[in-house]
Amino acid sequence: MMNEKQSEVIRQTIDSLTEKFETAIVDVYQSTGDTFILVSAEQLLPIANFLKEELDYTFLSDVFGIDRYTSDDRFEVVYNLISLKNRARIFLKVRCNEENPEVDSVVSVWKSANWNEREVYDMFGIRFKNHPDLRRMYMPEDFEYFPLRKEFPLLGVPGSIELPSTTPDREE
Amino acid sequence: MKQSDIQKQAQPTFFKKHQRKLYQSLEDKHTTVEEIDSEDPLATKMILNMGPQHPATHGVLRLLLQLNGETIEKTKLDIGYLHRGVEKIAENKTYQEFMPYTDRMDYLAPYMNNVALCTAVEKIANVEVPERAQYIRMIGCELARISSHLLWLGTLVMDAGAVSFFIWTFKEREKIYDIMDRIGGHRFTISHARIGGVANDLTDEATALIKEFIGNFPNELRDYHMLLDRNRLFYERNAGIGVLETEEAIRLGATGPVLRGCGYPMDIRKFSPYLKYDEVEFDVPTRLEGDNLARYYVRMEEMGESIKIIQQCLQKMPAGPIRTDNAKQAYPSKDEVYYSMEGMINDFMMTDIGICPPEGAESYHAVESPKGELGYYIQSDGTGHPWRLKIKAPSFTNLQVLEQILDGEMVSDTVVIIGGVDPVLGESDK
Repeated sequence: MMNEKQSEVIRQTIDSLTEKFETAIVDVYQSTGDTFILVSAEQLLPIANFLKEELDYTFLSDVFGIDRYTSDDRFEVVYNLISLKNRARIFLKVRCNEENPEVDSVVSVWKSANWNEREVYDMFGIRFKNHPDLRRMYMPEDFEYFPLRKEFPLLGVPGSIELPSTTPDREE
Repeated sequence: MKQSDIQKQAQPTFFKKHQRKLYQSLEDKHTTVEEIDSEDPLATKMILNMGPQHPATHGVLRLLLQLNGETIEKTKLDIGYLHRGVEKIAENKTYQEFMPYTDRMDYLAPYMNNVALCTAVEKIANVEVPERAQYIRMIGCELARISSHLLWLGTLVMDAGAVSFFIWTFKEREKIYDIMDRIGGHRFTISHARIGGVANDLTDEATALIKEFIGNFPNELRDYHMLLDRNRLFYERNAGIGVLETEEAIRLGATGPVLRGCGYPMDIRKFSPYLKYDEVEFDVPTRLEGDNLARYYVRMEEMGESIKIIQQCLQKMPAGPIRTDNAKQAYPSKDEVYYSMEGMINDFMMTDIGICPPEGAESYHAVESPKGELGYYIQSDGTGHPWRLKIKAPSFTNLQVLEQILDGEMVSDTVVIIGGVDPVLGESDK
């Protein structure tokens, strides 16, 4: 659980964010002691830069996607940020729609987002604009589906992936 | 090397599109497109595929190395050979049902993974854990850390050329397996933690074994230090190899001993203490050099700190219950299940529906695993299954670091650097 000093740091973070990007902050809420900040996708890069340069959130721990199946703006991308200086952790969120799931890549801000964004692309099919190397992370490129989307069946799609020949001696 | 040469060499018979894109990306890795020399008369350049079935890559890691002579010019990593989709599986299981899958993530420290899942679920569902259970968990976690570091040490020294040392560290790991066997009835994939506590209390036999182990292990550790610290072969294979600059470590998001070897005392046990880590005294070892030797020292000292933590836990551990007594939050004890009707019903309900965190709640909880920050993000929809469960795997982020620090090194150092970063593919591939 958070102590007083940490919640003070996080309150200051939210204050300076809302002051600078008043219209871009869609929602700020806390859940079980963690702070989530939902921002509009257009303003993601300036906000990310501001958080890194001005508020010392230099360490990007993780990026992951969420499928909000049946809701508007179906996909959500969450950035798990740490300020080593102030010992604080916040979560930045952006949303994108199902028809054109595209979010700006933050690799130019935090280099460590590279693989994490590839993972999100692999699992949810969310494309990251200006990503240097947007390939699938786990699944082979030949795979056509996005497994962590809710409509993907748990047992997989039969025939979706080429399996090795069981008789290796015979080249076809 | 010309792109056409690479493409000519790459004649995949399997996953054709995947392989071609991988070779293509090796070509595009650095944005500065150099004028690639048209003639390579001595043919010193080649592409080397290492893995996924290579004994020194610690699992199924595949490296694609572009070599100039013996120097690595560029590296690309290909992971995913062990991808099982545990996050998808988690969405279709109750929280307790999911626990055996976490054992198989970082299979070198299963206890740590169980605790990471349990603490995350307890945070989102607001479960109080009895004090004794928290100390038992801490003992299990620190034993798991020592066990994981021992495997790392054995394989690192083996990668550097000394095979017999591997047997030494495995002798000690065997003792930890025996302790785990006495604690929870399993040697390897232990699944001893439960949501709301642990499965069973420490027996006298287990406590005696732990005490014996922490009594003897510092001597073993001293012997390891005496053998390796001033060993010229070991020193020269590790010093100045795989250097990661301090700033770059932050930029690349390195975690665990890799980050601490670069000078940052970042440890989740201090950053946001969980269990009872704020009540025991221990140091966070760091080094400034950022090379393989720095990581060696950090991990070796961590093992000593773990012993200190276990000693304090054994002293401070109070008597009392080992699992919360709320039937909505944890399994009832087996005595209750077999001898009372309510116990039976509660046990059935826990198995069938499980613990239900409040609807719409989101939470993230991280623990310091042997490899670094191991976090579980859980989003609940009010049912017994998580709506989304995301695992932040430390090996995954450290592998991204590996891809960068291999550039410019010698090909003979590759296995030593992989050993120093200590990835577990079961965890990074999920």
